[in-house]
Amino acid sequence: MSSLSLIIQREYLTRVRKKSFIILTLLMPFLMVALSLVPLWLSTLNDGSVKNVAVIDNTGIYAPLLESTDQFEFQIIDEADQQESESKLGKDLFAILQITNDLNKDPRAVSLTSEKQAPIELQSVIERTLNEKVTEQRLDELTQSSNVDSEAIVQVRSIIEDKSGITLRTLRMGDDGSVKESSTEIASIIGMLFTILIYMFILLYGNMVMQAVLEEKKSRVVEVMVSSVKPVNLLIGKIVGIGLVGLTQLAIWILMTSVLFAGVSLFIANPEQAVAMSSEMSDFNVEGIMNSVMSINWLQLIVYFVLFFIGGYVLYASIFAMFASAVDSEEDTSQYMTPVTLLIMFAFFAGFYSVSNPDGPLAFWTSLIPFTSPIVMMVRIPFGIPFWEILLSLVVLYGTFLLISIFAAKIYRVGILMYGKKPSFREMMKWVTYK
Amino acid sequence: MYLETHDVVKQYANHLALNKVSIGVPKGTVFGLLGPNGAGKTTLIRIITRITAPDSGEVLINGRHSVRDDIYNIGYMPEERGLYKKMKVGEQAMYLAQLRGMSKKQAHHELMVWFKRFDIMDWYNRKVEELSKGMQQKVQFISTVIHNPDLLIFDEPFSGFDPVNTDIVKNEMLRLKDEGKTIILSTHNMESVEELCDNIALINKSQVVLQGNVFNIRKDNRPNIFRFRLLADDFDMEHPSIELLSKEPYHEFIDLRIKKLNGISNNDLAKLIFDKYEVVSYDEELPTMNDVFIKTVTKDKK
Repeated sequence: MSSLSLIIQREYLTRVRKKSFIILTLLMPFLMVALSLVPLWLSTLNDGSVKNVAVIDNTGIYAPLLESTDQFEFQIIDEADQQESESKLGKDLFAILQITNDLNKDPRAVSLTSEKQAPIELQSVIERTLNEKVTEQRLDELTQSSNVDSEAIVQVRSIIEDKSGITLRTLRMGDDGSVKESSTEIASIIGMLFTILIYMFILLYGNMVMQAVLEEKKSRVVEVMVSSVKPVNLLIGKIVGIGLVGLTQLAIWILMTSVLFAGVSLFIANPEQAVAMSSEMSDFNVEGIMNSVMSINWLQLIVYFVLFFIGGYVLYASIFAMFASAVDSEEDTSQYMTPVTLLIMFAFFAGFYSVSNPDGPLAFWTSLIPFTSPIVMMVRIPFGIPFWEILLSLVVLYGTFLLISIFAAKIYRVGILMYGKKPSFREMMKWVTYK
Repeated sequence: MYLETHDVVKQYANHLALNKVSIGVPKGTVFGLLGPNGAGKTTLIRIITRITAPDSGEVLINGRHSVRDDIYNIGYMPEERGLYKKMKVGEQAMYLAQLRGMSKKQAHHELMVWFKRFDIMDWYNRKVEELSKGMQQKVQFISTVIHNPDLLIFDEPFSGFDPVNTDIVKNEMLRLKDEGKTIILSTHNMESVEELCDNIALINKSQVVLQGNVFNIRKDNRPNIFRFRLLADDFDMEHPSIELLSKEPYHEFIDLRIKKLNGISNNDLAKLIFDKYEVVSYDEELPTMNDVFIKTVTKDKK
């Protein structure tokens, strides 16, 4: 077996066999499923108590229309009791709704006072009821004015009741002219997911490479190693071996998480709950989501993901390894690592903001610059971008990696055998010229 | 010559590590590479083991230019050495042996032989971090020689060993030499140099300042001091060619240390004493390698 494959094998096996790796890898999918399901489940529960809302309606028009729900109990009280109610606020009483004038004439004559922030559901119940009533009032007025055709009013009423029923379908035209249904939300979510994954793995596994280089240097194993293998093989073996650990973990996570989600959704998909959920998310069109999820070219997306993942990882890993080789201990790494870490974080934020404008200049340029492209590009790909941009970005990324790695290998080769004073950047530049 | 370097020069950023260093190591001998700290020994070893390349000069092995594959025929135990702490001893030794070009089967077979020879079979499945420093050194030694290379380079091989283990390792080295291996030994332990080395090179300030056969070097650096044991009550002699360094009674004898002056021959000196006293024994003091080392290095400083 060649020395390179031996090194890769060792780097891979020692890490994959570690207990901490096995536990984290197997536990994480459960954690992810739990983390995404528990809030959903919690949101379907309410705290059981009914919140009392006092309604002081000077006009007397609106108060009777407010229907109590299982969460909110509307109590109509007199203006005279206002003082008393206010004293009960925050104890027996959750909020006071005060309507001081005919809302048809003065739309601002309504207010909701509470001690805690009023929940959105309460606000929307009140707003919907009041809006409906005011619309009706206005239509009534219109009917009463003599110069309007009563027939027309009836039609207007029916139009309003039916609502327009518009839902905007977003479609995407492919290069071959075929049109597919797309969803901006779904694209954003998938893009963000991949971006976070790449960001996390570059930081995590880049650091692991750094630790590994430092460990070899600190324990002086490296002195023994370089007498039988080329330093560059040691470097490549380390980066490839640890990268494979990352890919293994990723593959297991993706596989397990999707299996778990599928299992869980089968398990909880009893009709009652499904209805409850879909009524709550009334704008949510399950079929539409499924259509848009299916419309994404997953194979293509995963191929790109793996390409950018590998490109980003090897680029940053060689930088991490280069700096780690130049110092003696963890404490000394920070001087070099801080700028690199900041760069990765910048890429992450650029990716984050590119979600809202995937074709803007920030998104465009940061997805071409090799140090940010692996992270930003994954946000943009689900939105569908021209092939040449992806290709160019990949070429630039891998080209930069080749240049950097040659440079890193030269510094690594000298650095691993240098102990003592922390070298300056200028000294490291000199190492490159050593034979 | 098994190994030769010719005018090897290595320049680092601010200092010249090696300045036209030429050494020759005959096949089947132990060669001592001596010199104070920072003299350039490690750099020279790294050039021989092809870890770094010289700026100029050449390295010959068996009379031809050394090539990359020669490293599989070299066993190098560096001064600063370590093992992967979390790995098991056996796994680690297997890994290092395979990296040196052995097949899995070969490596395992050889390892068994060596582990038995050093009586450390029960360490095989222990983690390296559980071993003491001396134990780790033994594993290091095994992984240096495991692939049966023709050239062995040991940098401070005895550090961390107790006297018993030092002896074991010394004997192993001599055994390897008898098998025809060529050994380069870099150490500050001058006693072991006298004991093991056939030839030495002394490097000081990036240059070879002394090179040759150990016995010849010691002979050439004789301080012209002679030890006499006389059967006498006292010794009293004034002579321009004699300087009495010390006079110690020993039972019924007197022990003298005399420095020979003015370049008279040994015979003449002996005659001077023999004529007047009953000499029980006499010999010439050979300098220790320690003396030679100190003398050469401090002379260089002036």
